[in-house]
Amino acid sequence: MTVEEISILSAAIAVSFGALGPGLGEGRAVAAALDAIARQPESAGTISRTLFVGLAMIETMAIYCLVVALLVLFANPFVK
Amino acid sequence: MNSPLVIEPLFYVGPVPITQPVVATWVIMAVMVLFSLLLSRHLKPRPGRTQAVMELITGALDHQIEEVVQSDPAPYRVLIGTIFLFVLIANWSGMLPGVEPPTAHLETDAALALLVFAATLYHGVRSNGFVGYLKTFAEPTWIMIPLNLVEQITRTFSLIIRLFGNVMSGVFVIGIMLSLAGLLVPIPLMALDLLTGAVQAYIFAILGCVFIGAAVSEGRDAASQERSPS
Repeated sequence: MTVEEISILSAAIAVSFGALGPGLGEGRAVAAALDAIARQPESAGTISRTLFVGLAMIETMAIYCLVVALLVLFANPFVK
Repeated sequence: MNSPLVIEPLFYVGPVPITQPVVATWVIMAVMVLFSLLLSRHLKPRPGRTQAVMELITGALDHQIEEVVQSDPAPYRVLIGTIFLFVLIANWSGMLPGVEPPTAHLETDAALALLVFAATLYHGVRSNGFVGYLKTFAEPTWIMIPLNLVEQITRTFSLIIRLFGNVMSGVFVIGIMLSLAGLLVPIPLMALDLLTGAVQAYIFAILGCVFIGAAVSEGRDAASQERSPS
């Protein structure tokens, strides 16, 4: 395998496994937030704002993987 | 396919290369400034339609900022509101044909996040004093000083990467769909981009607000603890 083929493969692996964890985490977070809103509908505003900020934090992990994949594809230091 | 990390200069003003995001940023800035100048010149006690909409937006922003900062939103309204509206317009400007959102490039996001970082320092020093703000880095104990310093850098960095990654991936996916499937196929993805753009603008503004609020209130908590040792 050449460096380019390995790079493409590793970019795909990075994005796929990097999306796995945040996906599970976001699912748990949304489920917990829905549970909390169902119990206390009057505090839905605060909960959903905190949920958005928390989801953004979790999502950052997936975005990091995406950026790493793009670096591997487009700014690879081992490819001339 | 072009790399999303590299920008080609459009033209040169003397030795300075001018790129497409710079032009888009300046056009958005000019539109925002002209619109607000035109609007604020004809403010009436009985608002017209446009003024009512803008008052609604300002009120909603004030409400959100007040809930996060837990104090008067007036000192933060200008910065947070402008950042929110700018990021929103910039994210949605990708819907215009021929325009690439300036936030889809690392440099614009870095500038915005550094603005938030500078505002964090400014508001922290303004409300706690210079020494008082430095003391908040040693909260809860002095062992946390390196971690608090690293936190300042990493959260600014993640602010950059979050906005860049989200907007850029949207543009990138649309480009790939367009080259694979052709005309009119990426329209559902563009509709999704509208949603992502609005959510990311909201998150950017709220996170900036959270950082500033933390810098302001950490010192307040520390001071109140010193005053009433229980």
